[in-house]
Amino acid sequence: MSFLELKDVTLKFGGVTAVDNLSFSVEEGEVFAIVGPNGAGKSTVFNLISRFYDPHNGSIKFDGHDLLKSKPSGVAAFGVARTFQNIELFDQATVLENLLVGRHRHRQSNFLTELFFTPSVKKQEVQNRHMVEEIIDFLDLQAYREKRIAGLPYGVRKVVEVARALATDPKLLLLDEPASGLSVEETTDMRWWIDDIRRQMGITVLMVEHDMGLVSGVSDRVLAMADGAKLALGTPVEVQSDPAVIEAYLGHVA
Amino acid sequence: MRIVFKTDYMQDIRPWKDRYQLVLYLLLLTLMLAAPFVIDAFYLGELNNVLIWAIAGMGLMVLTGHTGQASLGHAAFLAMGCYTNIILMEQGLPFMLAFPLAGIITGLVGMVIAIPALRLHGIYLAIATMAMSILVDDIIVLTEPWTGGVGGKYAPSVNVFGIMIDRWGTPREFYYLTLGVVVVVTLGYINILRAPLGRSFIAVRDSEVSAQAIGIDVARTKAISFGISCAITGLGGALMGLFAGAFNNETFSVIISIELLMMIVIGGLGSIHGAFFGAIVIGFLPQFLSLSKEWVGSVFGGSNVAIPGLEFGVFGMILIAFILFEPMGLYGRWLKVRTFFELFPFYRKDMFKRQKSYLKTERLR
Repeated sequence: MSFLELKDVTLKFGGVTAVDNLSFSVEEGEVFAIVGPNGAGKSTVFNLISRFYDPHNGSIKFDGHDLLKSKPSGVAAFGVARTFQNIELFDQATVLENLLVGRHRHRQSNFLTELFFTPSVKKQEVQNRHMVEEIIDFLDLQAYREKRIAGLPYGVRKVVEVARALATDPKLLLLDEPASGLSVEETTDMRWWIDDIRRQMGITVLMVEHDMGLVSGVSDRVLAMADGAKLALGTPVEVQSDPAVIEAYLGHVA
Repeated sequence: MRIVFKTDYMQDIRPWKDRYQLVLYLLLLTLMLAAPFVIDAFYLGELNNVLIWAIAGMGLMVLTGHTGQASLGHAAFLAMGCYTNIILMEQGLPFMLAFPLAGIITGLVGMVIAIPALRLHGIYLAIATMAMSILVDDIIVLTEPWTGGVGGKYAPSVNVFGIMIDRWGTPREFYYLTLGVVVVVTLGYINILRAPLGRSFIAVRDSEVSAQAIGIDVARTKAISFGISCAITGLGGALMGLFAGAFNNETFSVIISIELLMMIVIGGLGSIHGAFFGAIVIGFLPQFLSLSKEWVGSVFGGSNVAIPGLEFGVFGMILIAFILFEPMGLYGRWLKVRTFFELFPFYRKDMFKRQKSYLKTERLR
């Protein structure tokens, strides 16, 4: 039984087949990357796991749970967190508030206890803050703690999004292009962070990424996709030398 | 220059950051408590009116300011709170029971109405809620046996722990009743905002898609927000009815809905302060206008010329000016002034420049 398992997943938008009979599985503790040209269906796979789309057929199982039976907001409860390709942070809130929202799935309080802010709510809030501070330390966000997202540079926002996903205390982290738009130094930072997330926190990482340096640097296995279907699956070196992958990226040799 | 040095997580969890801020708020409360002994009955009535509008404003602020759902229908909930309160009292319930029940019933009805409204976004939601505001006028006329229809109703004196409270007979006691409700509602609002529920409202406002990915049930959160919003508005409406003394189907017209929304935009969306600042503007604007009209009249002559729609005209212009120059409203302006003094002499002109952005209304994907 694999950790995350997609089996024969197909998704069509009208006549366009975005994901075509795709099957792959991610093992616990590995960093798994999905690569492919634009429009290959990589982000769509993420949106399927997040339950934003319903597949036409196939199954998606995570850690023994059938994800297709859960609501989009229920996926997080199983321990799946994600980031977005075009950053989706809470713009008018501070970094700290963004990370605290990430703790939502651990909410023990209800409307009434929160209305009166009972001691148990207070205790929960201190606990939430404590967990969030550990992530702020981990990703070096101390300088931005009280800053509003609306005024932050792009590179920092990317990191805050990873931080918010980590704040949910996930078992599986989905990173949608974590290095897009980052400078060389920031990409290097991201690489070490992804490594640390896997090694220190023991979180399985599934990422979509175009930067092959980052992909071959951190991932154990790579899935190459084109036109919604699987092209190749293997170690980064195997995939990069696969003739089908080279053809998808560079075209036919006449 | 003042720097708050944080040494404890509680400093961010408590409603006040440090003792200085706590003292300021206590001072404000003392001033409000002392007001009836300082100002005359007319201005006490005006102040009372401002506080009632602030309650209604807080109600709409929960929904529009913090959850990002525009509503042009909140006059309907004001009416519902007002009539529920009066009808329950006519059934023999004491005010102390009828008043909170009016809030709870209005909140529950709001939550039920929210369920179809949840599918609507932005301007479509605004139109749908506006329809509600117009509908309620007819509903009041149609249910004449309970509501008194076009003839309207008169608000009785109410009994709070043996003290008779009446808008005209005992304005001072009425003021304290309103102030008490304001304090309770504000404290509850603050508590919700600093707890997970309040943060989930903000999450839904700023990005529905990532709120969902984090495990927030967007539809449920919106419905709860509608419920809380309508409950607070209902309380405001109940007080508004008692304050007005008499009301009928036209008291809570769609114009009131629009005024309420304009009020919180001028005050500053997304902050409790904004509801109060907006209420001050809307409460004192008529006085300010009549005073300045008198002044203009005494200087240029013609003070008794009636200008129809003057109030709304000025109000509209103020709104346009705010949207153009200060989207965060009076509260945003206040933050800048405060920062200027706190950082003096290090304030830079463009300090808030990158933060000048509109509150996002809802979007999905």
